Amino acid sequence: MRRLTDVVAAVGLFALCALAYAGPPVEGAMEQQATNWHAIIMFCIFVALSMGITYWASSRTKSTADFYTAGGGITGFQNGMAIAGDYMSAATLLGLTALVYGKGFDGYLYMLAFFAGWPIILFMMAERLRNLGRFTFADITSFRLDQGKVRTMAAISSLVVVCFYLIAQMVGAGQLIKLLFGLDYSIAVIGVGVLMMVYVTFGGMVATTWVQIIKAGLLLSGGTLAMLLAFSHFDFSFHTLLEKATAVHALGPKLMTPGGLLSDPINAISLGLGLMFGTAGLPHILMRFFTVSNAKEARKSVLYASGFVAYFFNVIFIMGLCAILVVGQNPDFFEEGKIGGKLIGGGNMVAMHLAKAVGGDLLLGFMAAVAFATILAVVSGLALAGASAISHDLYSRVIMKGKATEAAEIRVSRIATITLGVVAIILGILFEKQNVAFMVGLAFGVAAAGNFPVLILSMYWKGLTTRGALMGGYGGLISAVAFVVFSKSVWVDVLANKAALFPYSQPALFAMPIAFLLAYIFSKSDASVRGRSEIAAFDDQYVRAQTGFGAATATSH
Amino acid sequence: MSSAMYERMRTNPKFQELVATRGRFAWTLSIVVLVLFYGFVLAVAYAPSTLGQPVSDGAMLTIGVAVEAFLFILFWVLSAVYVRRANGEFDALTQEVIKQAQKENK
Repeated sequence: MRRLTDVVAAVGLFALCALAYAGPPVEGAMEQQATNWHAIIMFCIFVALSMGITYWASSRTKSTADFYTAGGGITGFQNGMAIAGDYMSAATLLGLTALVYGKGFDGYLYMLAFFAGWPIILFMMAERLRNLGRFTFADITSFRLDQGKVRTMAAISSLVVVCFYLIAQMVGAGQLIKLLFGLDYSIAVIGVGVLMMVYVTFGGMVATTWVQIIKAGLLLSGGTLAMLLAFSHFDFSFHTLLEKATAVHALGPKLMTPGGLLSDPINAISLGLGLMFGTAGLPHILMRFFTVSNAKEARKSVLYASGFVAYFFNVIFIMGLCAILVVGQNPDFFEEGKIGGKLIGGGNMVAMHLAKAVGGDLLLGFMAAVAFATILAVVSGLALAGASAISHDLYSRVIMKGKATEAAEIRVSRIATITLGVVAIILGILFEKQNVAFMVGLAFGVAAAGNFPVLILSMYWKGLTTRGALMGGYGGLISAVAFVVFSKSVWVDVLANKAALFPYSQPALFAMPIAFLLAYIFSKSDASVRGRSEIAAFDDQYVRAQTGFGAATATSH
Repeated sequence: MSSAMYERMRTNPKFQELVATRGRFAWTLSIVVLVLFYGFVLAVAYAPSTLGQPVSDGAMLTIGVAVEAFLFILFWVLSAVYVRRANGEFDALTQEVIKQAQKENK
C-alpha cells in the first residue's frame, strides 16, 4: 500500500504540474487569464506538501476509526482550524468580498447569517454529538431507532447534500482555476477530482484534516496580509475608508445602509434559518465532531472554529470596502480600461484584483493558490462524508448488519470515494455552462430540513420513534427539494418556465416545520411495540448524551 | 452492565442538578443569540433607514454596522463563556456522577 501511495502521489504531482505547463498561455476565451506562474509554483508546493502528508497519513490509516475520524485523536485547536477550513470555501473568500464590493452592508449582513449558527451548534449540539456519535451523524439518529431504515434515510439525505454541494464546488473550481491559472475548464475539474480521490482514498480523515488545517492557515494569513496592505492605503482608519468609499460607490451614502438583499422579511428569516440550521445539518461538518477525543475538545473545536470564521468574515468586510477604491477606481482592472464597466474576469475576481493591486503578482499568486487549495480541501471533506455514508451506514450497518470486517469496510469506502470522485468530475463537466448557485442553496436547504430536524429530535425528544423519524426525514428532504425546484432559481432560470410556483428563494422556513410536524404526528400516533421500546431506550441514551459515559473513545496508535 | 450504570447515574441528585443547570444555561444563551439575531434580521427588513443612520453626528460608521460588529463579538464571547463553564464546572460535576456510579457498582 505504501509503495502504491508513493507512486500515485508522484504521478499526481507531476501530472498536475505538467497540465499546468500545457495550459494555453494568452489566447483562448476572454475569460481565461494568462498562465499565472507564481500561482502555479505556489500551488505545486502546496500539492507536494499535501501529498507528503497523505503519504504519512496512509501509514496511520489502518482501522475504520482511523479512516473516518483520524482515530479520534485530533485536538480541539486542530479540529477548530479544520472546521473553519471546511466552512470557508473559495466561494466565501471570492463571493463575499465581491458582495461587499458591490452591495456594502448587505454583504456584511450575509456574513452574520453564515456565522450565527455556530453558537447555537455549540450550546445545543456539540456535546451530545460527540457523546453519542462514532463515525457519522446517522449513528446518532439511529442510536435507539431501527438501524436499517433510519440509517438508510440519513445516508440518502447525506448523499443528496454531498452531491449538490460537490457539483457546486466542482463547477466553481473549474471556472475559478480557468480564471486564475489559465487552465482549461475540464482539465481543472479532472485535476481537482483526481487530487481529492488521492487524499481521501489513501489518507482518509488524517490527510483530509491536515490538508484542511494547512489550507485554513494559508487562507487566514493570506487574507489578513491582503487586508492589512489594502487598509494601510487608508492609514488604518475605518472613518477615512468609509468616507472615500461612499464618495465613489454607486450606492453613495446608502452603502452602509441595508439594501435590497434581505428587504423581504419572510425571505430574510428563511435564509437565516437555512444558513443557521443547514450548517448544523451538513454531514462533512457533523463528521468533524467525531475526530476529537471527548466533549471538552468538541466544545473547544467550535469555539476556535467560530473565532476563526468571525475574524475572517470581518477581514473580508474590510477587504471588500478597500476594493471599492483600490480596485474599483483603477482602470487596469476593467475591460477596455473603463472604470465602472465590466471587471476583468467577472465579479468574483474582486479579491484577486485587490491582492494584485496591493501585493503585486506574488500576493496574487499566493491568493490564487490558496483559493485552489481551498477548493481541494472542501471537496475532500465532502467526499469523505459521502463515502462514509455509503461504506459505514449503507454497506456496513444496513447491508451487512454490522458483520462486515474492518478491512472490507475500508475497501468499500475507498471504492465509494473513487466513485464519488468520478461522478463529481463527470457532473462538474456536464454542468459547466449552468448556473449552479441554486445547488448550494439546495444543499443547505436539505441539510436544514432533511438532516437537522430528525437529528435534533433524536437527541432532545424522548417521544421520537422510527416511524416519526422516517416521515420527518423524508418529508423534509422531499419538501426542501420541491421548494427549490419550484422556486425562481430553478423553475424559471433553469427550466425556463414563466413564473415560479414557490414565491420565495429560500426553502427552510417552510420545509423545516413540515419535517418537524411530520416527525411529531407520526411518532405520537405510533402505538407499535417497537415504538414503545424505542421511547423507553431514550433514558439510557439521555444519560450517555449528558455524561459521555460509554461514548466512543480515541484509539491509540 | 451499562444500563445499570446509567440507571444509577440517572437517580443521582447530582446528575439532576447537572442536567438542570447546564440545560438552563445553554437554553438561556441560545435564546439570547436567537432573539438578537432574528431581531436584527427583522430590523433590517422593517427599519433599514434607522440602521443606516450614523452612530453620531459626522461619523461615517452607521448604527447597522456597529450593531453587527457588536453581535459578532458578543456571540463569540458568549461561546467562550459557555465553553469555560461547561469544560470546568459542569465537567467536574459529570466526573463526580460517573465516579459515584462506578463506586456503587463494585
